[in-house]
Amino acid sequence: MGDVIAVLEQRNGTLKQVCHETLTAARALADELSGQVLALVVGPPGVSVEGLGEYGADRVLVCEDSALQLYQGTRYAQIAADLAGKHGPEAVVLVATAFGKDLGPRIAAKLGCPLASDVTSIAGGEGIVVTRPAFSGKATYKLKIVAQRCVISIRPNAVTPAAVSRAGVVEQVAPGESDVPGATTVAVKEPERVALDVAEAAIVVAGGRGLKEPENFRLIEELAAVLDGAVGASRAVVDAGWRPHSEQVGQTGKTVSPNLYVAIGLSGAIQHLAGMRTSKVIVAINRDKDAPIFKVADYGLVGDLFEIVPRLTEEIKKVRGT
Amino acid sequence: MKIAVCVKRVPDTETRVKIGADGKSIDESGVKFVLNPFDEYAVEAALKLKEQSSGEVVVVSIGSDASQETIRTALAMGADRGVLLKTERRPLDPLVTAQVLAGELRQGGYDIILFGKQAIDDHSHAVGPMVAELMGLPSVSAITTLEVSDMKGTAEREVEGAVEVVEFSLPVVLTAEKGLNEPRYPALRGIMLAKKKPLDVKEVELDPGGLEVLELVLPASRKEGRIVGEGAEAVPALVEALKNEAKVL
Repeated sequence: MGDVIAVLEQRNGTLKQVCHETLTAARALADELSGQVLALVVGPPGVSVEGLGEYGADRVLVCEDSALQLYQGTRYAQIAADLAGKHGPEAVVLVATAFGKDLGPRIAAKLGCPLASDVTSIAGGEGIVVTRPAFSGKATYKLKIVAQRCVISIRPNAVTPAAVSRAGVVEQVAPGESDVPGATTVAVKEPERVALDVAEAAIVVAGGRGLKEPENFRLIEELAAVLDGAVGASRAVVDAGWRPHSEQVGQTGKTVSPNLYVAIGLSGAIQHLAGMRTSKVIVAINRDKDAPIFKVADYGLVGDLFEIVPRLTEEIKKVRGT
Repeated sequence: MKIAVCVKRVPDTETRVKIGADGKSIDESGVKFVLNPFDEYAVEAALKLKEQSSGEVVVVSIGSDASQETIRTALAMGADRGVLLKTERRPLDPLVTAQVLAGELRQGGYDIILFGKQAIDDHSHAVGPMVAELMGLPSVSAITTLEVSDMKGTAEREVEGAVEVVEFSLPVVLTAEKGLNEPRYPALRGIMLAKKKPLDVKEVELDPGGLEVLELVLPASRKEGRIVGEGAEAVPALVEALKNEAKVL
């Protein structure tokens, strides 16, 4: 029996939307391994775990403690590893966000098992096989897990959530004793207006040096706003201090796979293309018709972005009725 | 204060990846290798801490003899000495790397162990937190700020749409995110000095690990796109295509 534990991410006591992706991937893998999906939620008392059965959880294990409201790496890892020790799953899966990128390795180290991180697909036929980008998307590994157990983190947006009905029986688990941890998350600072993260967004509007001045990123922000998308940036404009690093797309920034990626005034350096070439639809707007970005774009517009982008924002407003 | 910085030799970001003859690794011919960019932030953080409180900065890497050059780059930035854990095998399973590093680091009595948050070749972003768990040390990953005094510290890490503030006690494992600092360039004097700094080479045996490469392939090439038009007049045609053809609006 190959059970799968899906460790779900909550923030401020609310499960993140991406949990549906994690559960969907866990369900598909558990079906191939003829096992159950155990969803694990670690957080403060009162996290709503309604409806997790609809995305494939057979059992929902809730570990509540007011001291677990914020992400505490060591304790979260201990709770997950203890459960894995008790239930003996074949895989522990979680999302490759800042949460999963920190927690996944800790759990794998505690279990002494391999970690496949940031995978874009999982199959469970003859042993577990995953694909994961390497060299920031310039190549893709196909890896076979050769171990009794493994930890897998899944890239956001790589899995389409699918509803399947399972019991989703909720059970409480005790948080257990813990030593005084040597590191404690004491606060989470949220900006007044929480920006959608570029790695999680379904639509990304990215700008580069073609914007000429940092103030002109207003055009990018306005277009992103009408699309309900996130703002992305090239390395050049981040290094120039125009935009925060959290928005950088590419090999030393984030790798993204949104449904729509709009690249504006950026030429498409190889390290940038590596970070966004798995986007489902790519639009490029650039003055230079020979810019490399047009080689990966599905739709290109050649011309002055200062004329094109405001018009595009207006047209999309009309289409979206906003 | 005794500080270790773990570094990796990786292909430069401008590398055009070609697949090797075995179909499981890259063709390294003509590839320029560099100190992993995220490790530069870790080295810089270590040097700043040393300047603040004195001590020693030791650079540790796993790899073939070629990694000596990578260690020397960090020594040229100002680190004091290097340790190469020498192997011809290239571990892909991050736990294998973490176990070998933890074995070395345990003997060092380090107050702070720094990593880049990920290597830009395998980008597992795993070895730092794994080493921390294996050594039973606290850790904070992907930090963008760092303050240390009196064997305690505070760091911030970016999470999607917010920043976590983490307090820790030493010894600690930290992994560096871009934005933590501006790494210094090795000066000529530093490069000359680095040639004479001690660099221990120790042979290590690696476990095979739990990840077997079936293949390494280039990403599927995207299907040919089209230029919708020129200038703002072409915008309605683009919106039409996005709405009715690509169906993404």
